[in-house]
Amino acid sequence: MTKEKPVFEEDLKKLQKIVEELAGGKITLGESLKKYEEGIKIAQSCSLALAEAQRKVELLMKKDGKFSLEKFDDSDIEEK
Amino acid sequence: MQKISRHIYTVSEITQAIKNLLENSIGEVWLEGEISNFKAASSGHFYFSLKDQNSIIMAAMFAGANRGLKFKLEDGLKVICFGKVDVYGPRGQYQIIIERIEPKGLGAQQLAFEQLKKKLETQGLFAASHKKPLPQMPFAVGIVTSTRGAAVRDILQILKKGASCVDVVLRDVRVQGGQAAGEIAKGIEELNDFGKVDLIIVSRGGGSTEDLWPFNEEVVARAIYNSRLPVISAVGHQINTTLSDLVADEFVETPSAAAKIIVDKKISLLTELADFKHELNFSINDQIGQLKNRLTGLTHMLKSPSDRLLEKQQQVDELLAGLNYNMRHSLELAAERSSSLIQRLEALSPLSILSRGYSLSMLLPQETVVKDIFQITPGDKIRTVLHKGAFISAVEEVFNDERKTGI
Repeated sequence: MTKEKPVFEEDLKKLQKIVEELAGGKITLGESLKKYEEGIKIAQSCSLALAEAQRKVELLMKKDGKFSLEKFDDSDIEEK
Repeated sequence: MQKISRHIYTVSEITQAIKNLLENSIGEVWLEGEISNFKAASSGHFYFSLKDQNSIIMAAMFAGANRGLKFKLEDGLKVICFGKVDVYGPRGQYQIIIERIEPKGLGAQQLAFEQLKKKLETQGLFAASHKKPLPQMPFAVGIVTSTRGAAVRDILQILKKGASCVDVVLRDVRVQGGQAAGEIAKGIEELNDFGKVDLIIVSRGGGSTEDLWPFNEEVVARAIYNSRLPVISAVGHQINTTLSDLVADEFVETPSAAAKIIVDKKISLLTELADFKHELNFSINDQIGQLKNRLTGLTHMLKSPSDRLLEKQQQVDELLAGLNYNMRHSLELAAERSSSLIQRLEALSPLSILSRGYSLSMLLPQETVVKDIFQITPGDKIRTVLHKGAFISAVEEVFNDERKTGI
């Protein structure tokens, strides 16, 4: 499942904060290890979200004031 | 007398006559002049004058004729127009009713463009302060373009290859022709209403200035300006920047370039994430390393009890060695002292005095040492000890005064 943009940007902010805290070296080893683990986890999930290949291409339609999405066939588009 | 027949015209009659004359003899004409006193009436009709150095003529352009006008009429504008001369009875004015008008020099379209550009600029549509930052990573992108055009192919292809994490929502619109601008504007609005995208790309491939015209229309510019979502304008062009470009939060010169912005964002984010991971590893290893060093230092300082016992033993050994030395030393000192005492004793011994020729007398039989002449009387027997040997003698005479002894 693709990551939502707000979640991703929130995670990125969190990660940056963790990196700074850890580099500051003012926390105990126990805290550091916890932060480290959390940081690596976030970095991995963010990287994974970017590497995701499960993309959708859809066509937005509006009928009687209601939006609907139709699959758009892009299978003829070659990867160059 | 000949009666002079005279025809008396009414004002309306003469006006009509003039009207007929002018309209028939001049009729439809092409006319060149400069606009002045331009007024747009609330009815939609335009009233103005056309003038050159020497003359001026009133002009009217009715709503029906000016409705499709692409550029704005304004004072000072030099124009070429087509119309017919007309007389307006109520004011006794002749004028020209204009059917078509175009700017002299610049093409009408170009002029319209310049005029609109100026207007939008004044209204702040191009202001940098209004531009929205693009999201760090748009995971869902809306594209307003024709699904049959080349632009959509280019964008999808690059995203498929370089940023396959990105979902695409297409809004199919015409990108050229009279209805294109309205559809494009509506597409932008609808994607905003739909809301499930992070970014909108407004795009079409390259084409002639005419083809790209919808992207210069006010309705499109305003839709981009009013979009809550950031908009990238990606209209293929070589020379002129479109108004869409100027209003958009970011613009590129080809559809591919718009897709590349997203791919680049993805690549730089991946690099950033790798850097973050690297920094995390470095920090934690650094902290562990520092703690290890401290531990080694502390272990060094913390000795085992057996080590301390050995240390004490060594201390005892050292003290004992010192004690031995001190004892030997004091014994030696004592020995030295005693030998000097012996020497002194020897020096004080009566025997040594005797050796120098003195003698020791003792009254017999008590053997008390005679120190005073009153101890003895004549007849007493005295034992006298010499340095070597002794003898016994009898006292013959006693002298009280030692001076009389003659010694």
